[in-house]
Amino acid sequence: MNKQFNQFRFWAIGLATSWLALFVLVPSLMVLVTSFLTRDADFLIQYKFSLEGWKSVFDPTFIALLWDSLSMSMITAVICLAIAYPFVMCLMSLPKRWRGIVLFLLIVPFWTNSLVRIYAIQFLLGKKGLINEALQFIGLIDKPLDMLYSQFAVIFGLSYILLPFMILPIYSSMERLDFKLLDAAKDLGASASQRLMRITLPLTLPGIIAGCLMVVLPAMGMFFVADLLGGSKHALLGNVIKNQFIQTRDWPFGAALSILMILLLSFMLWLYYRATKMSNREGGINDSNF
Amino acid sequence: MTRIFRLGFIGLVLCYVYTPIFILVVNSFNESRYGNKWSGFTYKWYEKLFENDSLMEAGWHTLQVGLTSATAATVIGTLAAVALQRYRFYGKGAVSSLVFVSMLTPDIVMAIALLILFVTLGIELGYISLLIAHITFCLPFVIISVFSRLKGMDMSVTEAARDLGANEWQVFSKIILPMVLPAVASGWLLSFTLSIDDVIVSSFVTGPGYEILPLKIYSMVRVGVSPEVNAISTLLFVGSVVLIVISQLLLRKKGN
Repeated sequence: MNKQFNQFRFWAIGLATSWLALFVLVPSLMVLVTSFLTRDADFLIQYKFSLEGWKSVFDPTFIALLWDSLSMSMITAVICLAIAYPFVMCLMSLPKRWRGIVLFLLIVPFWTNSLVRIYAIQFLLGKKGLINEALQFIGLIDKPLDMLYSQFAVIFGLSYILLPFMILPIYSSMERLDFKLLDAAKDLGASASQRLMRITLPLTLPGIIAGCLMVVLPAMGMFFVADLLGGSKHALLGNVIKNQFIQTRDWPFGAALSILMILLLSFMLWLYYRATKMSNREGGINDSNF
Repeated sequence: MTRIFRLGFIGLVLCYVYTPIFILVVNSFNESRYGNKWSGFTYKWYEKLFENDSLMEAGWHTLQVGLTSATAATVIGTLAAVALQRYRFYGKGAVSSLVFVSMLTPDIVMAIALLILFVTLGIELGYISLLIAHITFCLPFVIISVFSRLKGMDMSVTEAARDLGANEWQVFSKIILPMVLPAVASGWLLSFTLSIDDVIVSSFVTGPGYEILPLKIYSMVRVGVSPEVNAISTLLFVGSVVLIVISQLLLRKKGN
């Protein structure tokens, strides 16, 4: 009996541990090592120490590109936040049953192919697309707007795809908010804006940061959005990484770029933990509720 | 008044979320090739789709990878969740942080990490590499889905079973597994949808010999509009919706 006990335990622990070690931990370390190796035309990399990969990261033309990508992702996060926060506040006024249904309706498209949805946005933003037709119909514009293949289109696509990632963490931190606090503040004479600025916002800050984390980082990686909506001009970090690995074959540079993304992730996680400590609340990063 | 305003805002956001999908579905039945104007109802894009051999082959590959990776991720993930919940072991903290990290890591970072691993180990890019990659990014979702259900359960039954002489395997197969089955099933369905929808990771770790549907669609829409893509997208969308509805229903069914 004891032997069997050990066997099940062994497999349960061993399988997952070795899988995660082999396919998450080891590859991550290999990326780190690769970023310090020498590029090789024939064999991709040479096992020789080099800082060339990191030098390319600090190249001014690349810094400009990185800044472009980062600012697009941050604008995306701001837009998502501007839609998600009021949306969640409206949602909270619904009865609990309805909240679940609305959230469910929101999640359904999120689980379907994001590439396909980006492709659909081409129909929406095109010269003869729905938005242009509608604007012309109500007479706001005479000539169709040139929206597709611009920075605007990329940001539109990114915020469309990533909106649920902002809504869910904010919702879960709003759900934990003690509404008695708001009633008390109201009784003591705080105005609606004071209640929002002094109570609701600070207490849901972890949710906001968690949402930003889940929007900004994936947004930088979604090369297909920039490809399909931005034409060739408005590249995201993901496009650059993909080029380095698939076309240019400069692996050390590509690896250094992904280390950069991991650093950004760690920085945002650190912000998140600070915010949780400050407000004593979780923001829903650990939730199973995606 | 504020109530109408609130409901209106919620409605507006939902509208925004569904409009592109709606256009896609409508266009898949649209006679016009470019989908700017409605010029009559047709099934012909669906017929063309089923005649397109390379697209059908890619679809078959996608199904293959989806089914196998979802199943493997579910087995490993369920065992992992049980281990994390029931046992104390060396490195437990490290395992749970790896789960957490692998869920938050941007897809593109995971993709190149795995690409470097495969190339270094000499694993040919194709079915096997795709399978490993898909299992890896599905795993945390299964673990979290099963773990959070385990956390909400009364574990005294398992202690009683142990006292009555059941071994760990019996406790798992006769008590824990039936209790967490809805979460396991929902984890499988989520893994399957994640797998058939993935573009970013797959585009790095597959080779030219093994094409899968999302990548095939990607290469088609990069060249221009192709109405078959509308048709296959509609089918994918309907498929995903069905799976998601089932998985949510399974998760909702709380308790006994």
